[in-house]
Amino acid sequence: MAQSTTKKKPVAAMIVMGVISVALYATLLLKQDVINSTFAQGGWFALLPIITAFVFSYFHGGFTGHFWTVLGVEAARKKKEVK
Amino acid sequence: MPDIATSFINLDAITILYLFGVGFVGGLVSGFIGSGGAFVLTPGMMSLGVPGLMAVASNMCHKFPKALVGAIKRFKYGQVDVKLGLILGVSAEAGVLYGAGIQEKIKATYGDAGSNLYVSVAFVVILATVGGFVLYDAWKTYRSGNANTEEKAGKLAKWIQSINIPGTMVHFKSINARVSVLFTIPLGFATGLMAATIAVGGFVGVPAMIYVLGAPSLMASATELVIAFVMGLGGSLKYAMHGMVDIRLAMIILAGSLFGIQLGAIGTTYVKPFMIKVVMGLIMVIVLFSRGLMVPVYLSQLGLIDTLGDTTVKLLKNGSFAIMIFALLLGAFIVLRAMWQGKKAEKLLHASGALEHGEV
Repeated sequence: MAQSTTKKKPVAAMIVMGVISVALYATLLLKQDVINSTFAQGGWFALLPIITAFVFSYFHGGFTGHFWTVLGVEAARKKKEVK
Repeated sequence: MPDIATSFINLDAITILYLFGVGFVGGLVSGFIGSGGAFVLTPGMMSLGVPGLMAVASNMCHKFPKALVGAIKRFKYGQVDVKLGLILGVSAEAGVLYGAGIQEKIKATYGDAGSNLYVSVAFVVILATVGGFVLYDAWKTYRSGNANTEEKAGKLAKWIQSINIPGTMVHFKSINARVSVLFTIPLGFATGLMAATIAVGGFVGVPAMIYVLGAPSLMASATELVIAFVMGLGGSLKYAMHGMVDIRLAMIILAGSLFGIQLGAIGTTYVKPFMIKVVMGLIMVIVLFSRGLMVPVYLSQLGLIDTLGDTTVKLLKNGSFAIMIFALLLGAFIVLRAMWQGKKAEKLLHASGALEHGEV
């Protein structure tokens, strides 16, 4: 039996991460005036864009990773790693 | 510093799609060669009306989370040397601060045109020497028929690995040797200096890891993502302290670039290592022409040559931007093509294996 057909695709994880990711982007765009004026204050508020970047990268990064896996775009099976 | 309250541009659907698209292509190339994209993204944002400093800040704020995701992905493939990345990253941060200081001084003395001329000349000189060498080396490997064999450290790297300076030696898994940090510090510093000057530190960092330290291309390009993360995080914090980051722009670019970086990282598992050098060298040499085209414009603004007509300036500016986009698209095309061919070859290999074992 071919290996690829038995491997379960992370569809559920992709959907969960995708929904959270869409919600994050929707909030960012719908509340952009409040977000811009708050983030632009500088000083300690500098932490806000940094935290935002980490949160978005976690959820959207998870979504995009699962997205390619579900589409069947995965790393080569023979590893190319060096050491 | 521009008035922040009036610096935020209005976002419409076209702008969002444009940023998403450039982010995707930039991410694809970054996932493959460890850097790239910034040289198109910053002027790309400025063409939308974003002030220069805010474009640099927003680009940086998308760069560090992108590099983090790419580094984690490539770490899973065993391609990242975290220790080397962190050591180079910290010294690169110092290089960024020093480079930004030089930029400010040049700008204060010679104005915008002087600063732009300095950046363009640095671009042309560095990309011509380093890019030309990387491309020549890739061509030599291709011609020698050794494209499939494991890369070996060059003479310079072997010499550096042979030098023992007590108290400064660190073992790096990518090099599989001990190297003095007295050699890695200036390399990291130069990478940061380049990041602050031409926005793409990896054009110095990756070749330095390959040719000076002796790291394989795949590991050098993956480790560059760790350096980019450290530099990007520090830079973003610095700019965010002054409220210069437009988080909307950064996150929209990130949306596209995370799709791209995952794909670029996957692509590295399908290609021969010398392909990293091919893509990097090609982009560097093409971008060189893009920046070279702008040199007469800045010379004219400084009064060092006859004043150019408005049409000529517009033509040169548009030509320069078009060449940059072409460089990025060509890089993305080579990555996708190499990946497609690798995937096809893998399928054939598995099909013939299944036939041999009587599974079909």
